Amino acid sequence: MDVPVLKQGPFLIATIQAALNDADLNKLRRSLVEQVGRHRSRGVIVDVTSLDVLDSFAARTLRDIAHMTGFRGAETVIVGIHPDLAFAMVQLGLTLEGVATALDLEEGLAYLNERTRRLGATRPLPSTRAVAGRPIMAPAPRPGWPLAIARPPLVIPREEPRERRRAKPAPEGADPETRRDLP
Amino acid sequence: MRSDADVVIARQRGREIASLLGFSASDLALIATAISELARNIVLYAGSGEIEIGHVEQMERRGIEIVARDQGPGIRNIPQAMRDGFSTSGGLGLGLPGVKRLMDEFEIQSRPGRGTTVTVRRWTR
Repeated sequence: MDVPVLKQGPFLIATIQAALNDADLNKLRRSLVEQVGRHRSRGVIVDVTSLDVLDSFAARTLRDIAHMTGFRGAETVIVGIHPDLAFAMVQLGLTLEGVATALDLEEGLAYLNERTRRLGATRPLPSTRAVAGRPIMAPAPRPGWPLAIARPPLVIPREEPRERRRAKPAPEGADPETRRDLP
Repeated sequence: MRSDADVVIARQRGREIASLLGFSASDLALIATAISELARNIVLYAGSGEIEIGHVEQMERRGIEIVARDQGPGIRNIPQAMRDGFSTSGGLGLGLPGVKRLMDEFEIQSRPGRGTTVTVRRWTR
């Protein structure tokens, strides 16, 4: 049985629907590690709310997923471990050491948002994108061109912040704080 | 028990039977987890075997009994297999002692080259 994986902005959400066997869990692990690269995801949520049993194999696979996606630059958080499963896991002696967990999907998203905020919403695409104020990579010099005449990097002028632009023509003595609220 | 798909079937059947016997939701998770571990041991170490699930009555108390039986290589050193952290498969190494903690009663019989039988019981509270 395949686990549906939903792409939600910079995150992947895998919702385990029912009883998964070991082969399904291995498939999920491979799929998530691969999809983190394909979608350039920053984080992965594995929702186990509907899982009937979290035994040693499932716990190990969840740990593998967290560590493997970690090697690929994405953080994984496991959400929705049912209280009964938590109790059984402790009795069995299972741990999810080194793996982030959260109460539910909402908490998991909040956790990932917090963890990835510094990095920006998404990773830059592999193709060159124009970013204001940052030079675009100059094209490689054609064969025969001396390096010295290679074009300098093109720089898109950075837009000035709105407040500052509006504040400029303000007559002397005007309070910029009150002007800022004008439409 | 032949494959990991059978592990899922065994624990689902176990949960159904335990539910009929009146176990609480929390107990159902414990019982299903124990069956999952025992069934996986069979598939992993013996290749095939069987799981028998039934109800037991003893002095006005009712419970579930799970017998996991295989004709696999057997366990040479049972005390060692019952120690936390011991495993021969490179797994997590807490199968049998973990199962013992999940259940009320635990018995193991094994003869090298002949197979292993694990019997566990849990009583309704």
